[in-house]
Amino acid sequence: MTDLDTFRSETRAWLETNCPPEMREPVQSEKDMCWGGRNWTFQSDAQRVWLERMVERGWTVPHWPRDYGGAGLSPAEAKVLKEEMARIGARSPLSSFGISMLGPALLKFGSDEQKKRFLPEIARGEIRWCQGYSEPGAGSDLAGLQTKAEAVSGEEGGDHWLVNGQKVWTSYADKADWIFCLVRTSSESKHSGISFLLFDMTTPGVSTKPILLISGNSPFCETFFDDVRVPKDQVVGEVNRGWDVAKYLLGHEREMIAGMGLGATDGTLGSILRPDDPFLRAEVAAFDVDALAFAAMSERFFEMFKAGEAHPASPSMMKYAGTELNKRRHELVMAAGGSDALEWDSERSSEGKAARDWLRTKANSIEGGTSEIQLNIVAKHILGLPGA
Amino acid sequence: MPLLTDDQKMLQETAESFLAEEGGPAKQLRHWRDTGCTDGYGTDLWKQFGELGLTGICIPEDQGGLGLGAVEAALVLEEIGRNLTSSPFLTTAVVGARAIEGTAHAERWYPGILSGDAVLALAVDESSRHAPEKTAMTAERRGNGFVLNGAKQFVVHGNSADAVLTVARTAGSPGETQGLTLFAVPKGIANVESVTLADSSKAARLRFDNAELDADAVVGEVDGGWAPLSRALGAGRAGVAAELVGVAAGATAMTVDYLKQRKQFGKLIGEFQALQHRAAHLYGEIEIARAAALKAAELMDSGDDKADLMVAVAKAKAAAVSKLAVQEGVQMHGGIGMTDEHDIGLYMKREAVLGELFGDVYFHRNRVAELSGY
Repeated sequence: MTDLDTFRSETRAWLETNCPPEMREPVQSEKDMCWGGRNWTFQSDAQRVWLERMVERGWTVPHWPRDYGGAGLSPAEAKVLKEEMARIGARSPLSSFGISMLGPALLKFGSDEQKKRFLPEIARGEIRWCQGYSEPGAGSDLAGLQTKAEAVSGEEGGDHWLVNGQKVWTSYADKADWIFCLVRTSSESKHSGISFLLFDMTTPGVSTKPILLISGNSPFCETFFDDVRVPKDQVVGEVNRGWDVAKYLLGHEREMIAGMGLGATDGTLGSILRPDDPFLRAEVAAFDVDALAFAAMSERFFEMFKAGEAHPASPSMMKYAGTELNKRRHELVMAAGGSDALEWDSERSSEGKAARDWLRTKANSIEGGTSEIQLNIVAKHILGLPGA
Repeated sequence: MPLLTDDQKMLQETAESFLAEEGGPAKQLRHWRDTGCTDGYGTDLWKQFGELGLTGICIPEDQGGLGLGAVEAALVLEEIGRNLTSSPFLTTAVVGARAIEGTAHAERWYPGILSGDAVLALAVDESSRHAPEKTAMTAERRGNGFVLNGAKQFVVHGNSADAVLTVARTAGSPGETQGLTLFAVPKGIANVESVTLADSSKAARLRFDNAELDADAVVGEVDGGWAPLSRALGAGRAGVAAELVGVAAGATAMTVDYLKQRKQFGKLIGEFQALQHRAAHLYGEIEIARAAALKAAELMDSGDDKADLMVAVAKAKAAAVSKLAVQEGVQMHGGIGMTDEHDIGLYMKREAVLGELFGDVYFHRNRVAELSGY
């Protein structure tokens, strides 16, 4: 038996004993996901217990170093854990932008002090983070941001940043405890005058306002900063070099969005929908070919990424392909559901799940950089096409 | 899926340089086409495949081969696709070698395959659509042997093959997978009509009119031909998928190169966003198709239950992506892409043939649906 086999059997046994049965049921709605944070209310004892047990093992961030709340697993071990969780249908114990986006950026760019301070909190789900990138009017031109942070010497001792401006499309800003935020610290150059700043959402001068979406839900907010005072040492990386941090983080965000909604089920879409119309069946089969091929690519990309063999721009390709595929998936779900799928509000509709999910996917190819932006990046950085 | 091992990378590099040098279209495809070669490929090149050990890629080590698997075959086939190499590698070293593996025919044919002397072909299709279980051709027992009646078409390299692996019905009726038998039919048994396909490769239409065959021509078991046939078709479909990925990648590399050189309206056409986005889309699709082809090969090698499903996915995906790549390739080249002088059109023709071989995109989508139970 290899070490990996031993690890697998131990992992399997541990999950069998420790993953509550309720946490092996498929996620039905956002309520079933645990986001953690200061104001989090657990939906059930099982949800709380599951998080606590996984935190204790460092398995909310299995591949992070032990010092920062992880379990220090090798890529192969982390993969085994993922497979064993999938085998019993175990839910993710924690959904967190801290884990998927900020954490990797802090691991690469953060100071020792910042890592020690923030990473264990992220691993334990104690602080819920939101991302302050987009601004009104900037859109896909992410570096066109206006929110300003001025260095001010404090009269009561201690220097700080004074932040003024507005963000938009801040996912869950109204529920988040802290924000990681791009701010302009110099106007001399578009890209090299940006800094990456962390601050508490309860700081005076921060306010949020939800934006209602076509899906009838409101995960996004407008976020306003009015003379927000932020301690000097909460810049990640160098002042004016935040664009490097931002780009690195965007790669992780795109990777995350690329995988959203896909691979969530065991079987093919056709085996779930069982289309009896021959034309729909043909379209679903064509989709399943593309989805299974994409799943093979995701797996390969993950391995290449871990081995440092992936092109740095390849998350753009993954994000583009994955999100376009997810939109197609939901179009087919709607088609197969017929008029049932259109029920927004009825006793049978479970809060219009099919329709709301379908509408939500339309944002996939916009958020985290539009499909068009991703294609620009591939054209320029991978294919080396001129003037792109 | 694990990344390529160092040995696999080395094999890939060997195949890459050998085929870019010796197997490229100018030296092989165009040459044999323009000289009216009846085989459609050069026997010297096939011998070189043998010298490099590539012909024995799927042959077990104890029988003189490299004892490698579908992943390694895929690496070679992608390079064959990229260079439009004219070679019986797929039909002989992959499909043929797999079909006869573990049977009495292995001893008979492996030495010739290893040295690059023997060529094998597979005869399945009886109509213009691929449908193996619908095989109607009959093989009746007579005396110590069989009498064959029926016809086969789209038998790639069937005109020059030393043996054609031919599936015929010894029992049951069309539509059933039971009652089929695979025969290794030596030269001179069938009536052979040589066919030149759109990509200048050679194939055959075979007619069997009371053709007599010895009993030892049976590959495996009488009435149990579905097993070796499935093995051969699995290897063939996974192999064609990899070759199609190479065709797509080769055509797209040529096209992207052209976008960086060709000027119109005072600009390089590669500066136009309409073309950039199409090229970037293609890039992603090729990466996805390559991952699917490698995954299918890997699952075959490990004997995974999902191998059949993934092979169908790989063939369908690679064919669709390759078709897109050659169409975009010719379109983006504009007028020059329509000329015989330019190679991009050769990619279009090769894709059409490979896309059809061992089941087209619709066949494999349907298979994905059936294997998924819908």
